Amino acid sequence: MTQQTTPPVVEMTGISVEFPPVKALDGVDLHLRPGEIHALMGENGAGKSTLIKALTGIHSPTEGTIRVDGVERRFTGPADARAHGVSTVYQEVNLCGNLTVAENIMLGAEPRRLGGLHWRAMRRQAATHLERMGLSIDPASSLGSHSLAVQQLVAICRATVGDCKVLILDEPTSSLDTDEVAHLFTVMRALRDDGVAILFVSHFLDQVYEVSDRMTVLRNGRLVGEFITADLPTHELVQHMIGRSMDVLEAAEHVVERAGRPAGTTPLLQAVGLGRKGSVQPFDLELYEGEVVGLAGLLGSGRTELARLLTGADRADAGQTRMAGKPARLRTPRAAMDLGIAYTSEDRKGEGVVDGLTVRENIVLGLQARRGWMRPLPRKQVDELVASYIEQLGIRPADPEALLRNLSGGNQQKVLLARWLATAPRLLVLDEPTRGIDVGAKAEIQKLVADLAADGMSVVFISAELEEVLRISHRIAVLRDRRKVAEIDGGGATMDQVVDLIAGGGAA
Amino acid sequence: MTNLLRHHLFWPVAALVALLVANTVASPGFLAITVRDGHLFGAPIDILRTTAPLLLVALGMTLVIATRGIDLSVGAVVAVSGAVALSHIASSPNPDSPVTVLTAIGLALALCLVLGVWNGFLVSVLGIQPIIATLILMTAGRGVAMLITGGMITTVNSAPFKVLGSGFWLGLPVAAVLAFGVFAVVAFVVRRTALGMLLEATGINPAASRLSGVRSKTLTWTVYAAAGLFAGLAGLLISADTMAADANNAGLFIELDAILAVVIGGTALSGGKFNLSGTLVGALVIATLERTVTVVGISPLVTPLFMALVVIAVTLLQSPRMRERLTAATRRPVATTPPEPQSAARPDSTEVKAR
Repeated sequence: MTQQTTPPVVEMTGISVEFPPVKALDGVDLHLRPGEIHALMGENGAGKSTLIKALTGIHSPTEGTIRVDGVERRFTGPADARAHGVSTVYQEVNLCGNLTVAENIMLGAEPRRLGGLHWRAMRRQAATHLERMGLSIDPASSLGSHSLAVQQLVAICRATVGDCKVLILDEPTSSLDTDEVAHLFTVMRALRDDGVAILFVSHFLDQVYEVSDRMTVLRNGRLVGEFITADLPTHELVQHMIGRSMDVLEAAEHVVERAGRPAGTTPLLQAVGLGRKGSVQPFDLELYEGEVVGLAGLLGSGRTELARLLTGADRADAGQTRMAGKPARLRTPRAAMDLGIAYTSEDRKGEGVVDGLTVRENIVLGLQARRGWMRPLPRKQVDELVASYIEQLGIRPADPEALLRNLSGGNQQKVLLARWLATAPRLLVLDEPTRGIDVGAKAEIQKLVADLAADGMSVVFISAELEEVLRISHRIAVLRDRRKVAEIDGGGATMDQVVDLIAGGGAA
Repeated sequence: MTNLLRHHLFWPVAALVALLVANTVASPGFLAITVRDGHLFGAPIDILRTTAPLLLVALGMTLVIATRGIDLSVGAVVAVSGAVALSHIASSPNPDSPVTVLTAIGLALALCLVLGVWNGFLVSVLGIQPIIATLILMTAGRGVAMLITGGMITTVNSAPFKVLGSGFWLGLPVAAVLAFGVFAVVAFVVRRTALGMLLEATGINPAASRLSGVRSKTLTWTVYAAAGLFAGLAGLLISADTMAADANNAGLFIELDAILAVVIGGTALSGGKFNLSGTLVGALVIATLERTVTVVGISPLVTPLFMALVVIAVTLLQSPRMRERLTAATRRPVATTPPEPQSAARPDSTEVKAR
C-alpha cells in the first residue's frame, strides 16, 4: 500500500487484546517509522488507547507480534518500554505536581554523586532539556504552579530524556489553547527531524492534518487501514472512523433553530452582580428556557468559574440570583440541584464520574442523592431508567453493571449526562462536555443539547472549541480575564467577531 | 473452581475453617455444643460471645473506612462507655433495679454518640484528616474515662446489667444476640436503602459526589456518630462481662483488631466499596484465632508472633495482586509456550497463557 523506504522502528502485527468477553483489539497492525509523525485515529472505544497500552506492556496481547528495531519484544510495562526507547505521554498529565520541574523531568534518571542526588547537575540537565523544548521556566519551581499546558510540555520533555526512539502522545492537545498547540507542534516537528518516530492521538482533525505524515485508522477494535495524510481527504477519514457518512455531522451543523423568544418572558435564572473574589468579577446574566447560551473565552478567562457560581459548586460572595423570578440562594450544589440546576464539571475524572461504581450506580447517583438515602429507587424503575439512557445516548458497552473506569472517555461523558438528565433539570450547565471525545460522539452530544433546548430546557454550554459554541448557541457570553466582556446574539455572530472580543478588540 | 477462588469471601472463610479444623485436631471435642439449663454451651458459642464487642466496633469501622476515613478512638470510647455505665450503677442506691441499669445504658450510649459526633465534626466540618482527628479522642478518651472512674477500677454487682455480658436469651448469649442483631439490622438498612451506594460514592470520589448532590458531609458525620454509638454498645458488653470498668485496659487495641477485621473481610482502607459480610467473617477469624492460641497450647511467649503470621497470611491471600497470581497458578497447566520469564511474573499476563 505504501512505499517502505525506512524500516519501521515499531512493527506491531496482528495484535489482539481481550478483556473477556470483550475483544478490544482484533488483529491490528501498526508500523511506526523513524522521522515520521504518525496519527492514530478512531472514535472512542475504537481501541486507540488499548493499542498504545499493548505496545507499552500495560496490556498483554493474546495474539500478534511486536517488534522494536526488528527484535520481537513484549514489554513488561511503561518503564521497560521506556528503557527500550518507547516513551508515552498520556492524556491526563501523569506527573507529580508537588515536585519541582527538574525533579519531574529527571525522575528515574537522576544524576547521582557520592550515593546521593546531585541536585545542581539535575537542575542543569533539566534546564538543557527545557531549552530544547523552547520552555523558559525555572527548573527549581514546583510543577503544580504552572499551567496545564506547561505541565504537558514538561511531560513531553520528561519522555524525551534518555534514548527516545518512539514518542507516544495520547491526546496532548486537549487542554491547550491555539498558541500552545502551535508551540507543541514546533517541538514535535523538531523531534521528528531528529529521527524520533511520533505516534500522535488527537480528536482534532485539523491538528492531525496539520502535523501528521501518515495515519492508521481503527474502528471497533479493527484496523481500517494505513494512509498517507496528504492523500486522504477529511470526509473520507471521517467515514473511515465512524463507518457512516458525513450526514450525521452535517446535521449537527444546523442543530439550533434560532427562534426568537417572546418579549417580556421571565428569565429562568437571573444573576445580578454575581461574583466571587479571585474567581470571576461580578457579572449579570439571564438564562431563558429553550435557549442555549454559550460561554466563550480562553482557558482561565473565568468561563468555568462563572459556571460554578451558577450551579452552587462555588459560593458567590457578591450579587443575587433569581430562579423563575423568585430570589434563590445557590449556596451548595445540592441547593442548586433542588432548584433544577445541573452541572457537569470540565474535570470529568476528578469531579464527574465515580469510577469505582458501575454505570447503573453512576446514572442513578444524582436522582438517588436528591431523594435521600432513605427512599431508594425501586430496582425495577432503576433498571428501566438506566436501560433507557444507555439506549438513548448509545452508551457502550451497553452493560449497566460495567465498572465506569472501564469505559472510554466519551462514554463516561454520556453516563455523566445521563446522571443529570435523569434528575430532569430545568437548567443544564455543561462545562466542556465534548473535550477529548471523538467526532461521532461529539456530534451526538451537540444534537442532544439542541434537542433538550428545543424541549424547553435552558442550557449553558462551555467549550474551548469556538466553532462548536457558535454552532449551537442562541446567545454567546464572552469572557476575558475573569470578566464578562460582552454578550452577543449567536445567530448573527461570526467567528472573527467572537475572536476579536476574546482577544480584547484588536489587542493582537 | 476459579470463580470460587475469586469470591471475595473465599480466603477469609477458608482461614476460619482452617482455624476451626486446627482446634478440632488439638482438642477433638472442640465443636461440640451441649445444652445445660436450657442454654447452649461449647467453644463455638463462646467464640460467638467473645466476637460480639469486636463485631460492633468493626461494623462502625467498616462504614467509616468506606468514606475514606478511619476511627482510632473507638477503643477509648469503649472505655468511656463502661466507665459511665458502671459509675452510674455504683453510685446508685439500688444497683439491681432495672431503671438504674437502663439509665446507665442510656447515659453511656448518649455520651458515646456525642463523642462520635465530635469525631464527625472534626472530620467533616473542620476537614481534619481522620487519622489525626480521631487520634485526639483516642488519647483524650481514656483520660475522660479515668476522670469518670476517679482513677480506680470500678466494680459493681448488678444482676440486670450482668445479663448483658453473661446472660442467655433463647439459649444463646445475650451479647452475641445483641451484636449480631445490630449488625444484621445495619447491614440490611445499608444495602436495602441507598445508603451503601452513597457512602461508596463519597469514599471513591468526594468531589464528584458533592456535585451530584450527595450530602457527603452529613453522611461522613453520620458514620462517625454511628461508629461512636456502636463502640459504646461494645463497651457495655465488655464491662458487663467483667462487671468492672477499667479505664486503662477496657477495649485496649480493639480499634486495631477492628481495622484488621475490616481488611481481612476484603474492604480496602482506601475507601469506597465495602463489604459487611466480609467484616463479619473477619471478626470471627480474629476471635477464633485468639481462642486457638489457648486451645492449641501455644506458648504465651510466641502468641503475638503466631497471630501475626496468621494475619499476614490471610491479608496476603486477600490482596488482589496475590489472588491474581493464585488464579494464574491454577490456570498455568493450560499454558502452551511460556512467554519471557520477566512477564511471567506479571499478574495480568495470565490472559496470554490461558489461550
